[in-house]
Amino acid sequence: MIGYKTVFFRGKNGNGQSKARRAGKKSGMELAHDKFKFVRLFFVLAILAVLILLTGIIITLGPLNISVPDAYSALLARFWPEYFQVETLTSRVVWNIRFPRIVGGMMAGFGLGICGCVMQAVLKNPLASPFTLGITAGAQFGISIAAVAGFTLLGGPYFIVGNAFVFALLCSLFIIALAAIKGATSENLVLAGIAVNYFFTAISQLLKYFASDEQLRLMTNWGMGDLAAFSWANSRLLLVIFLICFPLLMSKSWDLNIMTAGDEAAKSIGVDAEKTRIFIMVITSLLVATIVCFMGTIAFVGLVAPHMARMVIGGDHRFLIPASGVLGALVLISADAVGMNLIAPTIIPTGIMTSIVGVPFFMYLMMKGKRKEFWT
Amino acid sequence: MMIKLQAKDITFSYNSHPILDNVDFEIAPARLVTIVGPNGSGKSTLIKCIDRIVSPQKGSILIDRKDVTQMSRRDVARYLSYVPQSSVRVFPTNVFDTILMGRRPHIGWLGSDDDEAKVWDVLRLLNIERLAMSNFNELSGGQQQKVLIARALVQEAEVMLLDEPTSNLDIWHQLDVMNIIRDVVRKREITALMALHDLNLASTFSDRIIMMKKGKIVAAGDPTSVITAENIASVYRVQAAVRIMSDRPMIMPLQQIREGRA
Repeated sequence: MIGYKTVFFRGKNGNGQSKARRAGKKSGMELAHDKFKFVRLFFVLAILAVLILLTGIIITLGPLNISVPDAYSALLARFWPEYFQVETLTSRVVWNIRFPRIVGGMMAGFGLGICGCVMQAVLKNPLASPFTLGITAGAQFGISIAAVAGFTLLGGPYFIVGNAFVFALLCSLFIIALAAIKGATSENLVLAGIAVNYFFTAISQLLKYFASDEQLRLMTNWGMGDLAAFSWANSRLLLVIFLICFPLLMSKSWDLNIMTAGDEAAKSIGVDAEKTRIFIMVITSLLVATIVCFMGTIAFVGLVAPHMARMVIGGDHRFLIPASGVLGALVLISADAVGMNLIAPTIIPTGIMTSIVGVPFFMYLMMKGKRKEFWT
Repeated sequence: MMIKLQAKDITFSYNSHPILDNVDFEIAPARLVTIVGPNGSGKSTLIKCIDRIVSPQKGSILIDRKDVTQMSRRDVARYLSYVPQSSVRVFPTNVFDTILMGRRPHIGWLGSDDDEAKVWDVLRLLNIERLAMSNFNELSGGQQQKVLIARALVQEAEVMLLDEPTSNLDIWHQLDVMNIIRDVVRKREITALMALHDLNLASTFSDRIIMMKKGKIVAAGDPTSVITAENIASVYRVQAAVRIMSDRPMIMPLQQIREGRA
């Protein structure tokens, strides 16, 4: 009798369904959902595998010939010298020259990707990126006054980087404070961000107007965005910031899912939308200011990596945040590899190359999508 | 009388413009109660005050004698669920994930099979299982409303608040949504409180009706005592004919009352 009901009344008879469930039978929709969940997890793992593969390939590019297996051996030999042996020269080139740049690119791309992802969610705006909050404008301003007026907050080797970092943070904190007073709605934040962006860009341009040729060059170079400034010491600092920020962002995954449904819905499901928004802003500001002060403006990655991820795996931030990060890293290190080797020995700045390589690829994905909303 | 939901002296003003003025009422368990009233009478604001989407300047809301205004937002979400009028999502989300969000007050970060099972149960209860993997934004108005009701149902709160769930729906879907709400009130013994514009729908489906005007309750009780020609004349400034059909008053608006004008 039970079997009869489960077969013939599925979808109508409430009792029959729960028995079907207990018997472990699944409806077509449930199977489709299981498949979707599998694809989602598989995608995150697959792009991670591609990232590792690509790292090995990019290491081999350069004046000294290194094979892909040697590249991996050189890296692994650092941790398990008893199992992996490579020539000292190869080891040095890989570990001291090629790998740090890749690690820097990965961390920057990953950071910009996850920040873009959470910013788009809390601002409910597909055009939001880490730079909506005026971070670049602030950093550029910090560099401009360091270069032109000679005003620096930190001395020594960090005089430029320190200024960029502090002013980037100040700028975004100013926007967050404004929004906190006026009400942290997404509209207020986006408007304040754009206004402050224009203001600091204008001041930077004013300073440029009075700058000497040498000062101009310093300002322009930074604006292009480059990985050359990355070293192991910088990476370690970035890694620490990462280890603090990434888990904090991931812990808010559910709240971010809900916040894309609007503030009212979020509140009714138990999420304090405005507090969460400010929390996310503070974390992203810290992370992006750290990345930007070392490598300048690479705006495209933070905007686009989350859209690429969303096209494949949908809107669940438990998967979307890491996927956006890994895709960001992939785009950045591939673009940088092209920039390094296209007209070697001249190195094209990373920021320029990311947009030149990334935009056509993104356009292709956009046009290829069958659905109306391209970021599905 | 058992009391499920009680509102005491709720006062709310927006930029010193009063919206709700000492609103007071009590609702028994497992009832379907509607709030009716003209535009700007404070129906939706009252619903939002109860769910603490906006905070009233004065007053308290008690559920089972526990004060909602003293609870954390997560705890409020365990007692009260809310169905918004409509919901536009900037980024597409499938129906399953939209409903799963309602489990947030109960689940940890990983989520569990049990939470997913509850979503499937509600999808089947509302007969929308086939929409599970569809994009929420691409559904019709009636389907979207059902998904929003489903999200509130998986929240497993004992009181469900709804803000004009039938606006923008054709008459078939209006009845469909109201029948669903009445069914869950009966089957799951939920208390439902909704703001509603359509007086005839309110009359047909409600156990009790609260009629509001300018932030005050002017009449409350069963449909026959609230939906009367006198009340409609004084609250809506509309002359209406009221007929009883299957024990429920039905109204037919006839003409506007324009007092104070020549």
